[in-house]
Amino acid sequence: MLITCPYCGARDAHEFTYLGDAELIDRPDPAGPEAEAAFHAHVYLRDNPAGPHRELWYHGSGCRQWLTVTRDTRTHAIASVVAAARPEVAR
Amino acid sequence: MRYSLLNVVVNGLTGNRFAKPAWRDPAPKPAYDVIIVGGGGHGLATAYYLAKVHGIRNVAVLEKGYIGSGNAGRNTTIIRSNYLLPGNEPFYEWSMKLWEGLEQDLNYNVMVSQRGIVNLYHSDAQRDAYARRGNAMRLAGVDAELLDRATLKAMIPFLDYDNARFPIHGGLMQRRAGTARHDAVVWGYARAADALGVDIIQNCEVTGFSRAADGRVTGVETTRGAIAGGKIGLAVAGSTSRLGKMLGLRLPIESVPLQAFVSEGLKPLIPGVITFGMGHFYISQSDKGGLVFGGDIDAYNSYAQRGNLPVVEDVCEGGMALMPMIGRLRMLRQWAGLCDMTMDGSPIIDTGPYPGLYLNTGWNYGGFKATPASGWCFAHTIATDAPHAFNAEMRLDRFRTGRLIDEKGAGATPVLH
Ligand SMILES: Cc1cc2nc3c(=O)[nH]c(=O)nc-3n(C[C@H](O)[C@H](O)[C@H](O)COP(=O)(O)OP(=O)(O)OC[C@H]3O[C@@H](n4cnc5c(N)ncnc54)[C@H](O)[C@@H]3O)c2cc1C
Ligand SMILES: [Zn+2]
Repeated sequence: MLITCPYCGARDAHEFTYLGDAELIDRPDPAGPEAEAAFHAHVYLRDNPAGPHRELWYHGSGCRQWLTVTRDTRTHAIASVVAAARPEVAR
Repeated sequence: MRYSLLNVVVNGLTGNRFAKPAWRDPAPKPAYDVIIVGGGGHGLATAYYLAKVHGIRNVAVLEKGYIGSGNAGRNTTIIRSNYLLPGNEPFYEWSMKLWEGLEQDLNYNVMVSQRGIVNLYHSDAQRDAYARRGNAMRLAGVDAELLDRATLKAMIPFLDYDNARFPIHGGLMQRRAGTARHDAVVWGYARAADALGVDIIQNCEVTGFSRAADGRVTGVETTRGAIAGGKIGLAVAGSTSRLGKMLGLRLPIESVPLQAFVSEGLKPLIPGVITFGMGHFYISQSDKGGLVFGGDIDAYNSYAQRGNLPVVEDVCEGGMALMPMIGRLRMLRQWAGLCDMTMDGSPIIDTGPYPGLYLNTGWNYGGFKATPASGWCFAHTIATDAPHAFNAEMRLDRFRTGRLIDEKGAGATPVLH
């Protein structure tokens, strides 16, 4: 699997670390309504789709940026790689 | 037909001309008391114990491909009961006890071989952690021994004991652990369930569910037509989220690949199972002589049933670090399965979350050893609408209530379990 980093170009998957579904960036508001249910869903529940999946990868052996990769989980084909929208929370 | 030595001899001498198929190939009936989705080890074992222990025989197992085409036929066949936590250990020990009598029970040679497992340790801290695990096992009535370096060296002389980064100080041993023949486990349960009246229906993919107005799950839609079911159990391992989606369920699961490798055949070399956790490597030798080994999961979501090269490299590096003598060995085959990783690394066997629905999932990379107990407990859960004592903690709502069973303490990061 090659991931084409927008900063570094096509690099071996070995250089990257996977975090998971890109929705992990959107942390619920702990003071919001239904915060407990929202955190249960945020921490534990996943769509885990068979098909296109937006997911977070960290280019640790390269530019050390967080990336949002859209990848088909049935084929590993990568449709797009962009800088993560809010890298400061993509940890 | 009961299998026996006489039977083997007669069929062998007559070129198997009078041998019968081991199970029927029935067309699906319009309705069953219980439908089990998934013809892996767990689904078939569930059907068998439903029929045998609970007298529920109007049962179908629906399999989208052929039985054993999923993880049941792809795993590295290690069976063990060396868990730490009270929510897990009695369950896995019950599985081990069922393994110990499985061949007699099924009248089928599943090749259970209690050749032992050793988990290596490389530091004082790791030794203490294994001592704790071993003590927990013994408190649960399970065999465990902490072996020092000299004992281990006499038993397995060919390891690199003086590895600069991970010198081997000893290991935690469970002698009753070992391996079983994975395909035979599938076939043995299928044959025994079939003999009790269970319909095993292959090439029958579940594509949807029928629901009553109150939400009850009342049947399945399949590539071979609609089938009604009084109770419907899912035992589809890595495909659970896909079926969950058809039911509007989001689950605490990520599906990831785990690869396995087999070398060319050798004379007997490795006495049991050896795990080198620090190096992400484990190995045993099959009865045919090939070295069977593996390591870490590929750490990303996938349904492709194949992995990538970084893990191949990582596994082979681990192997070379542990036992440099395998450096000239040729690797014959490599493949991957689809692991249903949960958020705490432990399985789910539960009723619900809708009436008429039952869940068996979350086996991570270690559900082969669980096959007998999983079938036993899932059958109990379906038949009585309540979990058995052995799966009492393996509930779906534990992620909401906080009663996690997290052996590694890795938290809600499935790829770290
Ligand atoms: C490489 C590898 C090595 C492993 N090594 C070990 C080990 O050494 N020890 C150990 O204990 N565990 C091991 N495991 C884990 C173990 O194999 C699994 O946890 C276990 O097999 C899962 O249960 P199962 O046998 O019922 O699953 P599966 O065999 O995967 O059964 C699920 C079945 O559901 C079917 N299915 C899916 N969707 C549908 C549908 N829509 N309709 C109908 N049917 C459907 C699939 O085709 C499949 O046959 C390993 C796994 C892998 C991949
Ligand atoms: Zn980069």
